[in-house]
Amino acid sequence: MSAGFITGETLTITGGRLVDPGTGVDRLADVHVAAGQIIAIGAAPAGFSAERTLEAHGCVVAPGLIDLSVRLREPGHEHKGSLRAELLAAVAGGVTSVACPPDTDPPLDEPGLVDMLRYRAQQAGLARVHPLGALTARLGGERLVEMAELAAAGCVAFSQADAAVVDTQVLYRAMQYAATFGYCVWLRPQDAWLSRNGVAHEGEVATRLGLPAIPAAAETIDLDRMLRLARMTGARVHLCRISTAEAVAMIRAARADGLAITADVSAAHLHLSEEDIGHFDSMMHLAPPLRSVADRNALRTGLADGTIDAVCSDHRPLDDDEKQLPFGEALPGASGVELLLSLALRWGLESGLPLPVVLARLTTGPARVLGMNMGRIVPTAPADLCVFDPDGQTPVTVAGLHSQGKNSPFIGQTLPGRVRATVVGGQIVYGG
Amino acid sequence: MSLENPQLNARGALQHLLTIEGLPREIVLHILDTASSFVGIGERDVKKVPLLRGKSVFNLFFENSTRTRTTFEIAAKRLSADVINLNVNTSSTTKGESLLDTIDNLAAMNADMFVVRHAQSGAPHLIARHVRAQPHIHVVNAGDGRHAHPTQGLLDAYTIRHYKRDFSRLSVAIVGDILHSRVARSLIQVLRTLGTPDLRVIAPQTLLPAGIEGMGVRVFHDVDEGLRDVDVIVMLRLQNERMRGPLLPSAQEFFKTYGLTAERLALARPDAIVMHPGPMNRGVEIDSPVADGGQSVILPQVTFGIAVRMAVMSILAGGS
Repeated sequence: MSAGFITGETLTITGGRLVDPGTGVDRLADVHVAAGQIIAIGAAPAGFSAERTLEAHGCVVAPGLIDLSVRLREPGHEHKGSLRAELLAAVAGGVTSVACPPDTDPPLDEPGLVDMLRYRAQQAGLARVHPLGALTARLGGERLVEMAELAAAGCVAFSQADAAVVDTQVLYRAMQYAATFGYCVWLRPQDAWLSRNGVAHEGEVATRLGLPAIPAAAETIDLDRMLRLARMTGARVHLCRISTAEAVAMIRAARADGLAITADVSAAHLHLSEEDIGHFDSMMHLAPPLRSVADRNALRTGLADGTIDAVCSDHRPLDDDEKQLPFGEALPGASGVELLLSLALRWGLESGLPLPVVLARLTTGPARVLGMNMGRIVPTAPADLCVFDPDGQTPVTVAGLHSQGKNSPFIGQTLPGRVRATVVGGQIVYGG
Repeated sequence: MSLENPQLNARGALQHLLTIEGLPREIVLHILDTASSFVGIGERDVKKVPLLRGKSVFNLFFENSTRTRTTFEIAAKRLSADVINLNVNTSSTTKGESLLDTIDNLAAMNADMFVVRHAQSGAPHLIARHVRAQPHIHVVNAGDGRHAHPTQGLLDAYTIRHYKRDFSRLSVAIVGDILHSRVARSLIQVLRTLGTPDLRVIAPQTLLPAGIEGMGVRVFHDVDEGLRDVDVIVMLRLQNERMRGPLLPSAQEFFKTYGLTAERLALARPDAIVMHPGPMNRGVEIDSPVADGGQSVILPQVTFGIAVRMAVMSILAGGS
């Protein structure tokens, strides 16, 4: 090494198409990495010669993907998934940062649990892990957690995961308290009473199959409550897993009105609808439920026009015994972090969107939700990168999934795009 | 995902009976015609035919039902099958063995047929999918959640055909708790398959599932209006736990607003028949004089039910 500022491991990714939605760059360019950071784009700095070279001809070099909902199942649910397998699945999918919902057992409501999770994630040395603290103790919806302590331990926001805060007084106070310190509150709108016992979208399919239903209004009524409380408290609110057309319209209107909210959608909900339940396929039992084709189309449009900031996997590994049950008894959810890129690419192809727009919903969009300066390929930024072949294909098979959970509604399908290498902090953690 | 009909085999023959939905009209008619030939057997001194001799039929009732289980048991015995009754009166989420483990164990005992009742919609589909590598095993849905009760739908169709002959000009009204009723869903589907032009469901909004019109029925909230000039009235059972709560205020008010009385029956055609899948709540959905009256065919339904179940079982397992 001749240049003094270059220390540690060095890497050059050559010949790839650099697509960085944050800067609008879309051109053939080499990327040079040292000491975990991007140090130059295009020509190498004088005297720089990388120890490793990653050949990326025909591939896209994008910022590492940021997935806003990945369950690592630790602590407490190790039979469903394991931190190492899920993080391996993440990097196999080009995902370099994951936000983890607090619905572990026990829930992430104490700094010690967060410390342990972050330590375990660091030991794994794969994707970066950003824990979400529980918004209320034990996710019980009654008592506030020590938000400042949890933030100090590394929680990036506070969430109830799937648990409702039924008592609106508690939700109001939790949002006020979070707003006091500038913490973001992540909420999935679903009225606890209207959704009680429901397993499928209220409509013709649930009626025909005799499945207990969850009306679209379960989402919009709760969303209305959340939007009003956001206005009252000034809390920054992130709305998770939007599933209905009307909710998309409500969020669009609220944003136009200047409300500080963001939103995400799960990748499965961009492609599937209630029709896919078919003959009680429990792989299609998701939370929120798969809704109508019109709802799905509105989600696709909302994500394209930026009403929805990010697409996430809502990764929920489950063990076979939890899915090999009658539809209503099967646990909801799908394993999907390693399919996130492919499902987003398919949405982009089907919607005729340019690649930078698709990648924005996987990088700058979720980075904005997290309020973190990441998801960009610029000098001094952490070298978190995803190298993928946009013309490649990913066949989805049980054996091919890295996640411990093999529960995917896309098993048997072939999806567009194939991840060739994933770089986290300058290290090639997958492929290469 | 595959949307092929899971109850037909590669040759288009009936492999399982899971639901009426997607069942070809010819198969429905074949079942009804076969049932006709079995009706007389029950009246003979020796009420047995050897069509299922040596076959093992397992009645797997994950939800209690003495009556339906008994009719399946009688049907199987009249076909000379060996019948094993299992009341698995626990939910698979609350105790040890999973549903599919139970099935694997019984399959290892060389079962030929599972007659399944389960509180969860779709449970018989799951079982049928699980045993698909063992084509000698047949699954009959004896009622799953709110989804389907195909043998009940078929016996209702048999009864209607017996009394009315032709479906092509019929008006049929189904009254009561449509929301939770697998009987209503299967009946609607079988009557549609047989070309019934006027299907009505009559209930308060709280007892109707969203989008029921999509199944090809007209919705009435006013019972008097809905019953006018119909040929067939099917009253549904109202479960005890639903008589008081968020769906209905009381059994009395339900009887007053939807119960079938002689006055209301008079609104239908003079030769209209009255049906009920049983067990009846007298004075809740139906008045005793109507239940026991000359237009009631509720007991013949039970008799025909055995013949229809014999037909289904013999078509599934009798040929092999």
